Amino acid sequence: MTNIGLYFSIGIIVIGLLAILRYSLKGKDIDRRIIFLFMFITVASSLLFKMEFPEKPTLIVKKVFNKIENLPEGSRILISFDFDPAMKPEVMPMANAFVRHCMVKKHKLYIMTLWATGQALMLESIEEVLKPEFPDAVYGEDYTSLGFKAGGVGVLNVIITDFRKMYATDEHGTPLDEIPLFAEVTSAKDMDLILPIGGGAPGPKEWILFVGDPGKVPIAPGLAAVVAPLIYPYYPKQAIGLLGGVKGAAEYESELLRNYDQFKDMDTPALSMMGPQTMAHIVIIAFIIIGNITYFRKRRMNDNA
Amino acid sequence: MRKAPIIITAVVAALFVLSWLLKSNGAVVDENSMSAISQGFWITLSAFLTLAVMSFLYQDNPFYKFAEHLYVGVSAAYWMCMGFWTTLVGNLVPRLSEGLSNWFEVPYVGFKPHFIIPLVFGFLLLMRLSPKGGWISRWSLAFIVGTTAGLNLPRFLSSDFISQISATFMPLLVNWQGIGSFFSDFSLSASGQFIGILSNLVVFLGVFCGIIYFFFSKEHKGAFGVASRFGIWILMITFGASFGYTVMGRISLLVGRLTFIMGDWLGLIS
Repeated sequence: MTNIGLYFSIGIIVIGLLAILRYSLKGKDIDRRIIFLFMFITVASSLLFKMEFPEKPTLIVKKVFNKIENLPEGSRILISFDFDPAMKPEVMPMANAFVRHCMVKKHKLYIMTLWATGQALMLESIEEVLKPEFPDAVYGEDYTSLGFKAGGVGVLNVIITDFRKMYATDEHGTPLDEIPLFAEVTSAKDMDLILPIGGGAPGPKEWILFVGDPGKVPIAPGLAAVVAPLIYPYYPKQAIGLLGGVKGAAEYESELLRNYDQFKDMDTPALSMMGPQTMAHIVIIAFIIIGNITYFRKRRMNDNA
Repeated sequence: MRKAPIIITAVVAALFVLSWLLKSNGAVVDENSMSAISQGFWITLSAFLTLAVMSFLYQDNPFYKFAEHLYVGVSAAYWMCMGFWTTLVGNLVPRLSEGLSNWFEVPYVGFKPHFIIPLVFGFLLLMRLSPKGGWISRWSLAFIVGTTAGLNLPRFLSSDFISQISATFMPLLVNWQGIGSFFSDFSLSASGQFIGILSNLVVFLGVFCGIIYFFFSKEHKGAFGVASRFGIWILMITFGASFGYTVMGRISLLVGRLTFIMGDWLGLIS
């Protein structure tokens, strides 16, 4: 039934595209709302009929996975939720995947955010992923949350020398000196890996510039797709790897599923998104081809005239 | 008065109430969650605002205007509250006054006299609201601009300029042990020697020819012109890749909202 619905939707889309091609070849303009409607039908039908594709991690994603995988148990990893609800659909899956991977490898997790709007999303990840899936994890011993601190780049400039100068307490008001995880931690330099997730400023770029480079701390950013091309130049010397957009998140999720049986029933929003993504990209490519055919045909007709 | 807007508003209001009632009955309630009625309202309101914003794709309309103004108002209020509680109460008060720290129930860090400077500059910034004393706020702005430039300049120079140039100096023959070894161990794997050599070559030629394209002191003719043309191709491919990523990002947002509409609201997908 699902397949019939999917094939029916694809059929509708293909017939519609051919109709648009024929219409535009006649020299008529296509209303932009038709294009929006096509995108809606494409994404909605792919979601409704659960179109999914297998993912294989690329080298740049695999390097992040291997880094977390190969760090010795108890390594200190900092995750920064530097994003807002607008970025949530594409970067939240990678944040949850990082949390799962770090916890299953029994690394020590330090969670924080430089964005006020990241606070609620950070808590969502803790409450809906970390606590239910790892009930044995003890706050303060296995993970800790510093919450949001205003200051942006100023915060990074301070924590590269001393956490305590910026954070008197953790998110719950407990002094850092009373938290076992901070017993041997002075600054961000004491981290074995930093995973900044986001797509704005302050975000992954600032983490590389103000913490990773001066502190010689390995950084593996998780990026919103829009900024991914801007961060690629930092790979491999200034960022050990990176996850670019929902595609990077889907590759990471697939690698988690491949390596850990305990995650076989986990929620995989990024993998689920790749079906609609693929179909939407195909439709956009089709529109670009139709536009070019029409353009060159019109130009030739004008030349002949 | 035209009847159509009234009828449309009445239909939307009726659908809103109907959705609220249906979602309230179906909502899961436990001790920790909000009440079913409240949950039903928020889900319905989220769906309404999502559809109101999306309706702009058809044409501008009052529902879109309502959602837009609501968003601007809520954002302004949210950031004002966050600024007060996280910057003033979170960072300033614990370093200036024990009494105020106790009042706001934040741990007192100890008196730091130099924190009086940002307090004064903060007040000076508010002088913008004064018609005659607005110019005084420029002192605070000058401090902000100067400090930001001072903090950013060395880091950008080091990480974005020197490190980026250094990252371009890479071996063109990766792990080279002779032509025999190259062919005997030939692999198209992403971590293989051939792809490594190809990647480094693309980076080197891309940077070199891209810079040549922006070198306008010599006419782009002959070998120089060929390199310049290759530079344009590299730039076009880069813009194309950026556009592809942007499309992916925007589609992700659409998928996110449609997942909410079709899943949380309509219950069509799990």
